[in-house]
Amino acid sequence: MKKSKSLLIITLLVYVFLIGPLLVIMAASFSDTTYLKFPGEGFTLRWYEQILKVKSFGSAAKNSIIIAFAGTFVALLLGLPAAYALNRYRFGGKEFIKSLFLSPVLIPVIVLGFVMLRYVVNRFKLPALPSLLIGHTILSIPYVMRVVTSSLANFDFSMEEAAKILGAGNIYTFFHILLPNIKSGIVSACIMAMINSFNNVSLSAFLTSAGVSMLPIEMMAYVEYHFDPTIAALATLLMVITLGVMLVIEKTLGLKSVV
Amino acid sequence: MLEKKTKIYWLFILPGCLFLTFFMLIPLFSLIFKTFMDEGGAFSLGNYFALLESTYFKQVFWRSIRLSLISTAVCAVLGFPTAYYISKYAKNKGMLMALAVFPMFTSPVIRSFSWMVILGKKGIVNDLLVQSGIVAKPISLLYNEFSMVVGFIQLFLPLMILSLIGIMDNISDDLNLAAGSLGASRMEVFRQVILPLSIPGLVTGSVLVFTGCLTAYTTPQLLGGTDTRVLATLIYQQAMSLGDWTQASAVAVVMIVITILVSHVINRISRKLNPTI
Repeated sequence: MKKSKSLLIITLLVYVFLIGPLLVIMAASFSDTTYLKFPGEGFTLRWYEQILKVKSFGSAAKNSIIIAFAGTFVALLLGLPAAYALNRYRFGGKEFIKSLFLSPVLIPVIVLGFVMLRYVVNRFKLPALPSLLIGHTILSIPYVMRVVTSSLANFDFSMEEAAKILGAGNIYTFFHILLPNIKSGIVSACIMAMINSFNNVSLSAFLTSAGVSMLPIEMMAYVEYHFDPTIAALATLLMVITLGVMLVIEKTLGLKSVV
Repeated sequence: MLEKKTKIYWLFILPGCLFLTFFMLIPLFSLIFKTFMDEGGAFSLGNYFALLESTYFKQVFWRSIRLSLISTAVCAVLGFPTAYYISKYAKNKGMLMALAVFPMFTSPVIRSFSWMVILGKKGIVNDLLVQSGIVAKPISLLYNEFSMVVGFIQLFLPLMILSLIGIMDNISDDLNLAAGSLGASRMEVFRQVILPLSIPGLVTGSVLVFTGCLTAYTTPQLLGGTDTRVLATLIYQQAMSLGDWTQASAVAVVMIVITILVSHVINRISRKLNPTI
């Protein structure tokens, strides 16, 4: 096929453009030079050791992980019952409620961060960690809502009724009938939400304080003063973790179910 | 569906509704409301007139729009053939899709760093330019509109590709064959069959890329300079560095309005053009 050949070339170039820079960062992390450089010179692993020596990275990474997990968990607590009710019961105002739960994706995150700082954090004198938790929960709610709604759409609610007729209680039915059936939807929603939360900058930029920071914010602050391969080493580490997560998703749920 | 007179659903919905109302809706409306007031609390459009009169704001505004438009156009031009190849010809489609998703899962901070390495004074592009004699000494490729657009394109191109693949997968190969057997050339098939049927994907992708570029903060912050501010970095600067909360709020409202306008208006137009969506 003649046509597919020119298409193939464009596709290859596009992928070089998309993936190439990430490979450059990975290669630069092994460079034995004091500044970030590609192609690098020599080979060293000392920049990976250096990551541990930068104190701010450790505490920021801890915060980022805590907030990603906790924010997604709270979003699940708030979003799952709502998605369930929207699919299960008949009542007015459904469209409005659904768009309320999806609305955080419509509002620019940078605006959300600013609004929260001005009208929630400053007004109620909230410390940084709870404000970050609230903000990241808001970010995660639409992910939970969208994915859980679509898996509930495929759930046959008569199974739930059957269980109840056979004498199962509400709680038993929820954990043994409903949850196993929408499990993969919930897991993929959570993974997406957590990755999004972990990588978020715009919201955290407003909500972090002097003592409480998040990893992406610290990374940005670090390059302002040091442009050495430490940052490339940290980036490589994060990309390897991301790749691992993607492989696990592909093996268990299939990437298609996530994106 | 069970048709009992139960009100239990409110218990399921209420916590989320209250949370979003309290922490997002009320703050958001307070912000919007406040921008329409003067210092005494009376209704006034003064904040917006101030923006209109500020040459600096107008510069930033049009730069945001311009860079977002350029990035969207380039994403469409690069994304279309790529998506078409992946959807119709590629044997390792799953792999290519995964490779498009991977950058999306990678922090925008990391992706911007990589361009700082590549486009920097000591970067590979400058090395090549100097070695080939095109320029005498390394030129500044960073902290300008060029590096921002490069960063935007790399950031949002996967969104365009994935939106297009979603639509193109549904275009039956039979249409291709039918058009071909009726005598259409490859180019004609492309122009008259594939392109019109892919418009919905192109529209969805473009809206995502445009609003993404318009509201992105990390990329312009890292790859732009102080004289290439865009709306997102302007909000941050006004709020955090200058402490001008009122101006920052007005800019934020402008950003919300454009984002919602663009996604609604364009989606509506595309629905008019192609009622089958």
